[in-house]
This record gives sequence, structure tokens and C-alpha cells, in this order.
Amino acid sequence: MAGFLLRRIGGIAVTLLVTSFLVFGSVHLAPGDPASFLLGGRSASPAAVAAIKEQYHLDDPFLVQYTKWIGGVVTGDFGKSATFRQDVGGLIAARLPTTLLLIGYAGVLILVGGLAFGALAALRRGVVDRAVLVGTGIATATPSFVAAIGLISLFAVRLGWFPAFGNGGGFGDRIYHLTLPAAALALTFVGLLARVTRTSMLEELGREHVEVARSRGVPGSDVVRRHVLRNALGPITTVTGTVVAGLLVATSIVETAFGLSGVGQLLVSSVTVKDFPVVQAVSLLVVLAFVTANLVVDLVHPLIDPRLSHAKGGKA
Amino acid sequence: MTTRLLEIENLTVRLAAGQAARPIIDGVSLHVEHGEAVGLVGESGSGKSVTCRSVLGLFPEGAEAAGGLRVDGADILTMSPTRLRDLRRRDASMIFQDPRASINPLRRIGDFVTEGLRASGVSRKGALDRAEELLESVGIRAPRAALRRYPHEFSGGMLQRVMIAGALAGGPRLLLADEPTTALDVTTQAEVVSILTRLQAERDMGMLFVTHDLELAAAICDRVYVMYAGRIVEAQSAEGLFSRPRHPYTSGLLAATPRLESDRPPHGVPGRPVSLSEAPSGCAFAARCAHARPGCTEHEPGLREIDGAQVACLRAEELIHD
Repeated sequence: MAGFLLRRIGGIAVTLLVTSFLVFGSVHLAPGDPASFLLGGRSASPAAVAAIKEQYHLDDPFLVQYTKWIGGVVTGDFGKSATFRQDVGGLIAARLPTTLLLIGYAGVLILVGGLAFGALAALRRGVVDRAVLVGTGIATATPSFVAAIGLISLFAVRLGWFPAFGNGGGFGDRIYHLTLPAAALALTFVGLLARVTRTSMLEELGREHVEVARSRGVPGSDVVRRHVLRNALGPITTVTGTVVAGLLVATSIVETAFGLSGVGQLLVSSVTVKDFPVVQAVSLLVVLAFVTANLVVDLVHPLIDPRLSHAKGGKA
Repeated sequence: MTTRLLEIENLTVRLAAGQAARPIIDGVSLHVEHGEAVGLVGESGSGKSVTCRSVLGLFPEGAEAAGGLRVDGADILTMSPTRLRDLRRRDASMIFQDPRASINPLRRIGDFVTEGLRASGVSRKGALDRAEELLESVGIRAPRAALRRYPHEFSGGMLQRVMIAGALAGGPRLLLADEPTTALDVTTQAEVVSILTRLQAERDMGMLFVTHDLELAAAICDRVYVMYAGRIVEAQSAEGLFSRPRHPYTSGLLAATPRLESDRPPHGVPGRPVSLSEAPSGCAFAARCAHARPGCTEHEPGLREIDGAQVACLRAEELIHD
């Protein structure tokens, strides 16, 4: 188990290193002179341009620039934002709580909604199942910016139940402000998870051991919980892991639509003004989220299915 | 007269396939007395498993059942779901064919064995103690540790012992064994059969043993029913069946068994087994029967009593198979 964890963490380090190179390289492949982007198109004195070039090591060869940047990243120094004139680390840290709260909120909605609708469809074949299939089909096909506009128009403008804008202060008020964004963020993935849950549960419902459990007088609700849902958790966990990591990307649209100052919105605004130290740092954060989610999924799987155990002698 | 442990009277099960509901078993009658081992033999698709599962009220989806089906006098077909669950926990339990598929691979052995007990309200501690005894009685070494292990850590034969322990947990009076040895290799089969028959005798349980192996059924059962195409074609004592099979199908099955002491190769029953829905009118076996006469295909032969055996064959008196 410890060996497995070490190997995986080593793998994550390599993945991050490779992607950091790709991220850094792709930003520098973008056309145009970085210095003029950094100056925001203003005409500046040669001395100012030279200062900028000095600060971002723009005159060094590509590999040297990369080495200097990654050296800083390893020590937690992501460089300075060109537009905010602040440390990138500090910029992200200030916005991370809102984004994490939004992702957590949406994650809960996705899990609860996806499991509930999926289980409902699997257990009530017929009209209910078909209704859930149609509903999840629509949900999956709705882009989050459309969902955001729809939710704002209905719940914020027409009904006035929820605010359409801003972060809110204090935990309760923040949750209140994040309700519509979280719903907009969750909608697509509720549909996805419901479908995965339904398929996985239907597969398990047909298993012999489910019939055996019924033949032994186990009450129906226990059969569903212990033999159907429990055994269906594998694919559900895998999808949930990927979805939650992907939420970090999806927040960029939703945070922009709802005027939340979070990491996603920071990414969008930084891309627009070519603030590449920020773009690089957020991109790395996204990659980190994906590899971490995968690691967590891989650690959870053996808890669900003992046949996948990493422990010594666990595999027969 | 005391009530019979299991009494099936004229049971018919129909599959609802669209408008045309087709029967899969037709007019099956059989009984098991307290402490008696009864065999139910037939080829694949003869309806023996459907008959066996129906005893616990387990029917194929959308199937309709008619007739009498009583365990200790209690009618399964009209029973409330709650009462049926009680019956499954305490009075009758089933051992299934493939233990690997029948035991949830994600849960511990202890969870499987104690599941019925826990559902009946036995405490966790009490259920685990009982499970330990049960595992010991089916010959599992270090039973306490085994309770914490998972199915994939056991061989098929050991897992079938676990299955037997699980079936015995509620202290049933009726044991239904649905081809319990078919999925096992030959040496393991013998062990599992001996455990099963020993426990059946020790605990004085009635047993309905479903198998396609006529010899095995005859070896461990007191009486044997032979099924063909959803109907019982012959019923008699195990010795009688061997020495004087009355139905041409039974003697055909016996002739198809390979024997070590004989140089003659076994003779298969010609043709292929039919299910009830594709059976022609009259005797379903007539098309494969060497003794068939024109009358055989006219109407379905009922079971008749001949020398203590029940046979569904028009020519049963003429054909004595030695």
C-alpha cells in the first residue's frame, strides 16, 4: 500500500513536470511579443520594455526561461501577474475559497441528484425511467452558460429567490449566493452521473447474487443498498472523480456568468489580456486537480471492491 | 395425518411474453416429507429449476403461477410479502448452482452467512457466533478468520460450503438444492454432496435436490421425480428407478450414463430436449421415443400408478425395462 502510494505520487510528479512544460511552451507559442502583451499595448519607453523583459526573462532562450519558471514554481513562486502587479500565488489563494466552495456545493448537488435520479430510473422501470432518461438527456445537452442564463432569468429576475451576482459574505450568505451558480454548474453532470448510475445499477440488478439475497428473505431496501448500489459504485466513483476535477474548468464559465470572483473567472480574464504567469499557474492547478482526483479514485476503488486491493496478498 | 413439508399440486407457471403467455411448467405435482431427500431430475430447459425456485416464491419476471404450492401447509402463492420473507429466512432456503455468482464478491463471508439472521433481528454478535459454528460444521478451517475474508479468497468448493452454511443459518426444515454441484469439479462435488447429505440427516431437514445427474440423485435421494418438457414423467423410489425404470425417457437417461464396468459405449437419447412451449400435442417425448405408437401423439398421458411408481406413459405396462 505504501509502495503503491509512493509510485503513484512519483507518477504524479512526472505528469506535472511534463504538463508544466507543455503549458509553458503553448503560452509562448501564442503569436505576438510577450513584452507588448505585458505592457497591455501601451507604448512604453525602451527602458520600461527592457525592465519587463528583464523581469520575465524574455531575452533568455526558451529552455532557460522554462527552467527559471519551474524553479520558482517548485518553491511556490509562480511569478508576478502583469495586470494585477501581484504575486500569482496570492491572487489564486485569494480566489480559491470561493471556487472550492462552488465546486464542493456543485459536487454535492451532482452526487445527490445523480444517484437519486439514476437509482429511481433503475428501480422504477417504465414511465419513471423514461421520464428520467428524457430529463437527463436534456440536462446533459444543456451548456452551463445556457443553464446560467435560464436560472438567472427564472430564479433571480422573475422570482427573485436568489441573487444573480456576487460572492456574499459569511458562510450562510455565501452558500445562498452560490446556489444558482452551483445549480448551473451541476446540471450537465447530474444528467451524466444519473445515466452512469442507472446503467451500473441495472447491470447489478441482473446479477445472480441479488436474486440469492432476495431468496434469503433480505428486505428489498437492504438488497438495493447492500447488493445493487454498493456493487454499482465502481463506475459511479470513476465518473464522479473526473467530473469533480473537470468542474474546476467549468467554473470559468459559471463564475463569469454570475460575476463571482474565483479562479475560473481569473483564468478567463487573464487569457483575454494574455497575463501568461496567471494562465500558466491556473492551468497547472487544473492538471493537479485531475491527477489528484484520479489518485483519490484509485485509492477509493479497493475500498469498494476488495478484489482490487493493493495490500500484499490481497490478490488471490 | 400431519401436513407434508412441501406439497406442490398441479403447479403451472406461464411466462407472460406479450399476448401469448406460454407455459414453462405444466401441472407439476410433487411432495417432500419431513426429513426426506427427494430428487428432481431433468435436462436443461425441463423446468426443474423453475419448479425448485417457485417453492420460495421466486418466479421469472412477469410469470403467472397457478395451482397449489405449500410449505408446511402455508400457501406460497397467496402469502403476504412479509410472511414470504419470514419463510425464506427461517423455514426454507436454497443452495444455488454457482457459488461464485451467488455470493456478493464485494462483501465479507461473514456478511453473507449472517445476512438472513441479521434481517430476522439477531444481534451482530449472536449472528457471528452462529456463523462461526455453521462454517465449522461445513468443514471450513479457522472459521472465525474466514468470516472476515472475501469470496475471491476461497476456491469454488469452499465457497459452496459457505453457501450451504448460509442456507442453514435460519435453521430451515426444507432445503432446496438447485444443481449445487454442477459448477464444481468432480472431486469437490463428492465432498459437497457428502456434507450436504450429512447435514440433511443430522438436522432432519427435508431436501429437494435438483440435478441433471440421475445417478447422483438416485444415490442420495429417497425418491426421484423425472421431468421432461415442463411435466413430471416418472416418480418412484431411487432403487426402483434404477432397477425398473418405467418411462422410456428414464431408461434412455440411464442408458446414456457412461459406465466404467461396461465395455459398451453409452447411448445418448436421440433428438434434442424440447421445452414445454415447443412440445407437440400428446406425449412431449414421443418424437424421441423408440417405443412411440400413433396413439402417443394424440393426447397427453397422465401420471398413472404402476407397482408403486407413477409413470406418464401409455405403454408403461408393456415396457418393463430391466
